[in-house]
Amino acid sequence: MIALLMRDLRLAFRAGGGFGLGLAFFLILAVLVPLGIGPEPQTLARIAPGILWVGALLACLLSLDRIFALDFEDGSLDLLATAPVPLEGAVSMKALAHWLTTGLPLVLISPVLGLLLFLPGEAYLWLIVSLALGTPALSVIGTFGAALTVGLKRGGLLLSLLVLPLYIPTLVFGAEVVSRGAMGLAVDTPLALLAGITAGAVAILPFASAHVLRINLR
Amino acid sequence: MASFWEYANPLKFMRTTDWLLPIVAIAAVVVTSIGLIWGFFFTPDDFRQGSTVKIVFIHVPAAMMAINAWVMMLVASLIWLIRRHHVSALAAKAAAPVGLVMTLIGLITGAVWGQPMWGTWWAWDPRLTSFLILFLFYLGYIALWSAIDDPDTGADLTAVLCLVGSVFAVLSRYAAIFWNQGLHQGASLSVAPGTRMDWAYKAPLYISMTGFGLIFLALVLAGTRTEIRARRMKALVTRERMA
Amino acid sequence: MGLNVRDLACARGGLAMLEGVSFSISPGAALVLRGPNGCGKTTLLRTLAGLQPAFGGEVDCPPEAIAYAAHADGLKATLSVSENLQFWAAIYGTRDIDTALEQMNLRALAGRAAQNLSAGQKRRLGLARLMVTGRPIWVLDEPTVSLDVASVALFGDVVRHHLASGGMAVIATHIDLGLPEAEILDLSRFKARLPEFGVGDFNEAFL
Repeated sequence: MIALLMRDLRLAFRAGGGFGLGLAFFLILAVLVPLGIGPEPQTLARIAPGILWVGALLACLLSLDRIFALDFEDGSLDLLATAPVPLEGAVSMKALAHWLTTGLPLVLISPVLGLLLFLPGEAYLWLIVSLALGTPALSVIGTFGAALTVGLKRGGLLLSLLVLPLYIPTLVFGAEVVSRGAMGLAVDTPLALLAGITAGAVAILPFASAHVLRINLR
Repeated sequence: MASFWEYANPLKFMRTTDWLLPIVAIAAVVVTSIGLIWGFFFTPDDFRQGSTVKIVFIHVPAAMMAINAWVMMLVASLIWLIRRHHVSALAAKAAAPVGLVMTLIGLITGAVWGQPMWGTWWAWDPRLTSFLILFLFYLGYIALWSAIDDPDTGADLTAVLCLVGSVFAVLSRYAAIFWNQGLHQGASLSVAPGTRMDWAYKAPLYISMTGFGLIFLALVLAGTRTEIRARRMKALVTRERMA
Repeated sequence: MGLNVRDLACARGGLAMLEGVSFSISPGAALVLRGPNGCGKTTLLRTLAGLQPAFGGEVDCPPEAIAYAAHADGLKATLSVSENLQFWAAIYGTRDIDTALEQMNLRALAGRAAQNLSAGQKRRLGLARLMVTGRPIWVLDEPTVSLDVASVALFGDVVRHHLASGGMAVIATHIDLGLPEAEILDLSRFKARLPEFGVGDFNEAFL
């Protein structure tokens, strides 16, 4: 199981692994939004929490189809399914690898982008906390979507259509945490709900992902 | 009495719906016509909203069926996953486009109603937002069905999506309620029909709701019959190819 | 201890392909599957490997005994030969990759990235993966595709060595592997009968 995680991480970091793609996308988005909206600090500060969360969401989405598609093409998914590791565990490890290579870097770079968007000072802590709590759910839900669409023609586009509606609760509560933080309000309710969704998704969705993966492989 | 599950047999289903479908279809047309004609022409105008209020006789039944269709898909998906009845999976497939259109009707009539009442075609009210999200879920479900060639694989995958989607749809509903209360206090524009209405409105509304339910049933039965025929045609073509 | 298949039926795409397949192999024996393209060799092997459910009949073998190798080798292009093998060894809970490298004549290529291997070398690496699984029953789908004559002989030796140490193999192949002791099973005689459709009979369309 750890071997699978290490292999996925190694593959992501080697040439052509696509590591940093999501990060670059996140950065570009944070540059494009002020160019489109205008440079007024008040306007940008108001929309910064939402933009950062939507940006993180889209950056996550970008690399989802790689979770299973490459393993499916070269046949290792078949071999993994017949290996002695439980597929549920393998799926969880793949989601964890996706989070480590996509979600975690987004969390770490988000304060810098907050700076670009004039995010109010009180909100930085909550931006990092909410992304750190919310992005694992994005990876796990995305892994489910990737498992659903593995091996389908035009799977990438379909994947976005399937996964984005599932991201709505995480987005709402995550952005709410940052917005409230920016206004100096109490954030405990949305934070608890965000953590609840993440915990539920991490605990239950790998079973659904492994189930649909088995169906797709047969 | 014959077991309910006998109707999950394709042949039995086809034979039963041969005579049942016309009856349901005629009943749907008659009941819906009564409900709508009564609602449009034989109810008094609302003292505040005028005759605009009468769109309620389409809006509310459509919105109700939009949710009921998803619930029916969820039940049918569960039956497929647990008992592997093909008719059930095909019924879920047939219900999705109907639910999608019902959601769309609900959204459009809501916009038409909202424009003169609230002065805006759209508001990010929790209820409206939830319906828009439901619309997205329908789109995803239908897109997944249409992307998969193998019918049993399609049935399995869409059933799991329906299950997971239902959980997230409910979560989204609460997220939408929470979200709009969060920053925009007291901006709720939603009129809860039925709460302040007397029987002059309620009677035709209930009839109209029953009519929409029958329309849904008729369309799902017809759609399921089409899917069963398509499935049989596919099997025949495969057989030709193999022979 | 061996692999017993009784009255197995396999389906693909909702249509029965094979039915009534029965065979059994005991330790030290190999079975070669033959038959024209599309007769269901891959479907049968995937059913044996547990990737798809049997449509009828039963497969009886010890749990976690089967190692499956498909058309695709499951290699990662940017990982080296030994990294690829080490990964599968770790997944199967074995440690030793040296024997496999040695036997498949990959020792000199151990540090090379899989993307820089020739097609035949990749295939040899894919087969070396089988050896690190440490499992007794090999289920192989066209294992000699893109191997040259020398490599086919090498592969034959590896299989014979595996059999000699009590292993088993089910191999779908068209060419002679130099395994005279292997039993041959022609799958074309197990071809499933086509379902007869009556007029207006809707049940036949559903398996």
